[in-house]
Amino acid sequence: MDASSNNPAAIEFRDVSYRLPDGHELLRDLSLKIFRGETFVLLGRSGSGKTTTLKLINRLLAASTGEVCVAQRPVAEWDVIRLRRGIGYVIQDVGLFPHFTVERNIGLVPRIEDWPPDRIHARVQELLQLVGLEPSIASRYPRELSGGQRQRVGVARALAADPLLLLMDEPFGALDPITRAELQREFLALQQRLHKTVVFVTHDLREALLLGTRIALMESGRLITVHTPQEFVHSTEPLVKAYLEAFGTGLETQLKRGRP
Amino acid sequence: MNVWQFMLENHSEVLELTLEHLWLVGVSTLLAVLIGIPLGILITRWPALNKPVLGGANIIQTIPSLALFGFLLPAPWIGARADRLAILALTLYALLPLIRNTFTGIKGVDPAITEAGRGMGMTDRQILFQVELPLALSVIVAGIRVAAVISVGLATIAAAIGAGGLGEYIFRGLAMVNDSVILAGAIPAAIMALLADFSLGLLEKRLSPS
Repeated sequence: MDASSNNPAAIEFRDVSYRLPDGHELLRDLSLKIFRGETFVLLGRSGSGKTTTLKLINRLLAASTGEVCVAQRPVAEWDVIRLRRGIGYVIQDVGLFPHFTVERNIGLVPRIEDWPPDRIHARVQELLQLVGLEPSIASRYPRELSGGQRQRVGVARALAADPLLLLMDEPFGALDPITRAELQREFLALQQRLHKTVVFVTHDLREALLLGTRIALMESGRLITVHTPQEFVHSTEPLVKAYLEAFGTGLETQLKRGRP
Repeated sequence: MNVWQFMLENHSEVLELTLEHLWLVGVSTLLAVLIGIPLGILITRWPALNKPVLGGANIIQTIPSLALFGFLLPAPWIGARADRLAILALTLYALLPLIRNTFTGIKGVDPAITEAGRGMGMTDRQILFQVELPLALSVIVAGIRVAAVISVGLATIAAAIGAGGLGEYIFRGLAMVNDSVILAGAIPAAIMALLADFSLGLLEKRLSPS
């Protein structure tokens, strides 16, 4: 796509491998560039290394060899707390603090960044509106919300300090199909307004085609290909074809729906 | 003379011994909280300390209480007064439930929650005080509850080394072969244990996150 050389990479992996202490290799020789403003999807089945890749970006994991750069700077050189506060992080279902109200959950990063309380409050209200939630929900606890509402709160929390990067690890994975489709549409609309650099992990090909500007297919800790959605559905790469066959027909329509 | 008559006639002494008992239990439980909770936190941070700390607290529990009072007798300053000795021994016994419950309470927090906190840039300190301890609080209070109830019972034995408390009546009654005197010590102690259990149980339920 617009992967032009004059557009500096927001995130870059250079020959990155990640091994567990016991020597088991979860990620091997990964090299890729993610550009500003794109929604970069990491697609693959469980254990393919996509979540590992994501956690290397905010240094929840550290590369065994190679280098990960965020904003042209190796993550190892970043102050890890600064790095993470500049990156929104959304995970499946459970990431909300059960003992915090919605307001405190969303205002978490602003609060640890010592924003004044009235500014945090205003920001929380703004974010609730942005993700389509009633202001009255602010005083509730996560257990009192539906799955879809919780996930919206999760997205609002990640956006709170207005980060340039957003990491999303199967954020819609635990939702029922109707709510998931709703949140996917909202995500697209949101991304059209905000133009964040998003790295999105999923095992769902339909979701990848709908949301991604580029899709990286991973398998057993290796990167197989990086394609735009259009290229992806016409790819002759055997693993891509296997993936396409597993998800059956109708993918073309998914593609069209995905480009508003 | 039945137990009620005895207690009525000696009500000021009953009250005095009850307060002594409460003092022994209260101070030792408080000390155990102040030592046990930080130790419990420490072993979640340094897993290598896990076995020696929990093992040590476990071994203390296996020492018969009378023997422990005896062992501590030669200790300087502590051994000079019976109540100090009793408080030290009771504190040592109360450590295990506190260390263990703090440890398991924190370890029981869903790792996805703490990882979300780290991923958003919370420091270890912020995760401890804003996430782990609040979520582990009901388990920690359950540990305090166990420690307090055990202490009420064990503190009766402290009378054997002259530390006072309701054990005075129990030992006196045993020596006099007088059930009423034994019960005058045992009944208030039992009530104290039940009250501690009940009130801390309520607190535990209120703090439970779900």
